[in-house]
Order: sequence, then C-alpha cells, then structure tokens
Amino acid sequence: MSSLVLTNARFQLIETARTPIAVIGSAFWPAASMLAFVVPFAGSDPVAATYATASMVTFAVMSTNLFQYGVGVADDRVQPWEPYVRTLPAGALPRFAGRLLSGLALMAFSLLPVVLIAAFLTAATVSPLAFLTAIGVTAVISVPFILMGLAIGYSMPPKAAVVVAQVLFFPLAFAGGLMTAPGGAPGFVEDLAPYLPTGASVRLMWAAVGDYPLHMGSVLSLIAWIVALAGVALWAYRRDEGRRFS
Amino acid sequence: MLARAIEVTRRYGDTVALDRVSLDIAPGELVGLLGPNGAGKSTLLSLLTGVRSPSSGRVELLGGDPRRPAARHHLGVTPQETGLPASLRVGEVVDFVRRHYPEPLPRDQVLGQFGLTDLVRRQTGGLSGGEKRRVAVALAFAGRPRIVFLDEPTTGLDVEARRSLWDGIREFHAGGGTVVLTSHYLEEIEALARRVVVIGGGRVLADDTVSAVRGLVAVRRVSLTSPVPLPVLPGLSGTDREGDRWHLVTPDSDRLVRDLVAADVPFTDLEVRPASLEEAFLTLTERSVEESCLLSS
Repeated sequence: MSSLVLTNARFQLIETARTPIAVIGSAFWPAASMLAFVVPFAGSDPVAATYATASMVTFAVMSTNLFQYGVGVADDRVQPWEPYVRTLPAGALPRFAGRLLSGLALMAFSLLPVVLIAAFLTAATVSPLAFLTAIGVTAVISVPFILMGLAIGYSMPPKAAVVVAQVLFFPLAFAGGLMTAPGGAPGFVEDLAPYLPTGASVRLMWAAVGDYPLHMGSVLSLIAWIVALAGVALWAYRRDEGRRFS
Repeated sequence: MLARAIEVTRRYGDTVALDRVSLDIAPGELVGLLGPNGAGKSTLLSLLTGVRSPSSGRVELLGGDPRRPAARHHLGVTPQETGLPASLRVGEVVDFVRRHYPEPLPRDQVLGQFGLTDLVRRQTGGLSGGEKRRVAVALAFAGRPRIVFLDEPTTGLDVEARRSLWDGIREFHAGGGTVVLTSHYLEEIEALARRVVVIGGGRVLADDTVSAVRGLVAVRRVSLTSPVPLPVLPGLSGTDREGDRWHLVTPDSDRLVRDLVAADVPFTDLEVRPASLEEAFLTLTERSVEESCLLSS
C-alpha cells in the first residue's frame, strides 16, 4: 500500500518536473506578492513582517493547492489515461495520498523564494525551533486545501473547476483575515475567521512564528474542515466515472 | 465464470447505451466483441473493468464486483493509445502499471515480448501511433493477468506488427489466459476468436461461433444506375441513393438481380460486392428490431 503511494507520488512529480514552466510559475506568484506587498509595507517591522510572511505563505498554500488540484484533477479526468488507471487494482487511497505527497513537495519548492525574500529583504525573524514548527504547520494546513481542490477537481469539468476555484479563493482569503495583520481585520471577519479553513490555518501559522495565542476553537475547526473535506473529496472520487455525457 | 453481465442496463442521461445485456465469459475463452462505433462495446467493457457502474443489473469480474480493487488483481486492460501520459518514458509507464499488481511480469519480459526494449527511454508523447499501440497492449499483460480486455488492439498497426501481436495474444490464450477483444474488423476477430458476440444498438444481436456469425453478416451490396425510380423490391435491408445511382443491401443478391430484370428496370453499370461490416451490422440491427416488433405484437 505505502509503496503504491510512493509510486503515485513519484509519477506525479516526474510529470510535473518535465513541464518546468508549471513549477516555475507556481513559485513565481507568491514571491512576486512578497516583493509587491510585504517588503515595502511591513518589511522594516520585525513582528509585522514575520506575521505578514506567515499570512503570505498561507495565502500561497491555499491558492496553489486550490488551482493545482482543482484544475489539475479536473483536467486529468478528461484525459483517456484516467479511466485506464481506474482499471488497475488500487482504490482511491494510494492515488489521493500520492497526489498529496507530490503536492507537498511542489509546495516546498514554490515557498522557498518566499522564505528567502523574508529572510534577506525584510526584518522578519524566527527562532530555528519556530522555523521548524512553521514547516510542519505548513504541511498540516496544506491538507484541507488539497482536499478542497480534489473535491472540486473530481466533481466538475475543467472549465467549471477554474471558475469555482477563482470564486472561492478571494472570499476565503479575505474572510480568513489573510489580507490584514492579526487583530486588524473588520469585526465580523475577526469573529468568523477562526472557523474558516483559511483563518484557522493562518492562526496556526501566526502561533508558530510569533506570540499569537493558540485558540482551541480554531484548531478544532481546522480538524473538522479536514474531516469534512476528505469526506467530500472521497465521495466525489467514488461517484466520478470520468467524462460524463448526456 | 471469469466475467459476467446479468441483465445490465446503462444509461447516460436519456441515452440508453446498453439495454438489458447478459453475457458470460468462461475461463480460457477467447471472445470477440464486434460492433459498429457507438454500439455499446466500450460501455460494456467499462462496466466489466470497473470504470463505470451499471444503471441496473449486475456485473461480476473474477467472482467479485469489478468496482472493488481486489476483484481487479488479475485483470489486464489496454488504455487508449492516445491517453498515455506524454511526458513519461515507456519504462516508467510500464513500471507504474506493474507496481499495482501482486505478481507482475519482470519489466524486461514485458518490454521484450512487445518489442519495446529499444523504446524504454523514449517519452510516450514522441512515439508513433503503432509504437503507442504496442505500449498500450503491453500494459494489459504487465500484471500477469488471468483475463485481459483488449480494446481495438491492432488498429493502426502495419501487417507485420499486427501478426506478431496476434501471436502474443494466442500465446497468452494457449497458456490458459482468457481474452476479450473488441474490434471493428471481422478479419481480426476471425483470426483470433472462437466465439463472437455482436453488439448493436446496446443489445447483443448475436452470440455464436465465428463461422455462424460470418453467415449472419454475409450480406451484399448491389449498385446500379437507373434513370427511373426503382419499384418496390422484396428482401432489401438497406437502400441508398446518390442521384440516379442506387445502392441496395440484401442477403440474396441473385434474387435481387432476377427481380430487377423481371421488373424491366432499365439499369446500367451493375455492380455486386460483399457488404462492409457496417452495412452488415445495420442488417442485423434492423432484423432484431423487426423480430422484437413481431414478438411484442
């Protein structure tokens, strides 16, 4: 079972790596946002720059996963290779887990420039321990967005998946408080954010890199989101039969 | 039974792709599924291999539900050759498939058996159509299956490659393997299969030996030019007209020509030739519709 997960992950990575522009593209956007928004506006204040970098990492985690999985899977499903893979003696789990692993690896690559920019062009600082914690938290908060992407990708055609991912990602980012400093968002956002996947994720990131207090409520809601989104993604995978005609 | 469909119906929205189809495939059989495009062959294969589920009825594969991975441990299927992941190399694709099976064939044996050894480092996107087809067929055998479903295995291959592939299929069958293959070509089915299942309009139209089915589909196409409209002629299973050129499809061309002469039709350029398989299928389909009308009235 675990070797099948690795097999799937490996093949996804090989495929992606042979289209270098896709890899470079996913690394470009978070880095550009760092240079455009964080470096000039919060770069000189150590605390603000650290929190802003954590928000940017969360934002990048959300948007790249929503698009990579939502649109990527929807695209794969209309290729004739996908129905063939479904005749192989393996269920949903190795494919899901393989996609997860390869997604995490790609994410690490695309977040590297963000971390380098934060380290060299801003006053952001973290202790080595906090940095390691932040890496672990980044992996954890990727999970709900990967699952959200999979749920989208397995339940709709590519054109619809692009639209839904675009419609979802901005409100999720805003209402989760990713666009503002901790405690700086409008009141209703502050109330709602801890219970959204974005808000719960960024709070975990802030707690990892700074003195932000860890709220049990937002941790529990993140776990609930992971369980619920895993359920939706699995359901979508099982009912999917590839291309649909009527 | 290695694979069976019991009263299976499959709908796509309002379209009925398969209409109460029943089919049993016993161990060691080599069955040809024959039918025109859109007849329901691919839908039947997708149900038997677990890609889709039936709208009603039941399918079984190796004693289990093909939607469950455990039932597919000894199943081999050809992907469509257009669907190979373009950026992966031949060896990588073969390995990817092999790793899904409990006791796969050694990689070198898979490559060697299908003449792919020299292509192992090539990306599948850069292969020719025939090379892709060989990779696709090799993948069906990579997991050491007990039953293989080969969808149009030799379409687009040259004669030599086709013969060597046929030999490979025969060898697998001789070793006790069960084969289900679909084809547009009667020739391919004749070369390999003992039993032929003809599918048309979502139904099983015939399920018999190769020679019996050949008799069923032996219809002829009579073409002629006539300046006047043709009279009503008995025994026609199809009529097609281009200007004053008429194409008539019939199981009995001798009788048709006699009837034309007896009716004093001033025809010229008479031409009689065996009908294509498509035309033969049309005859079979229409006959089955007539029969079911008779039965229901």
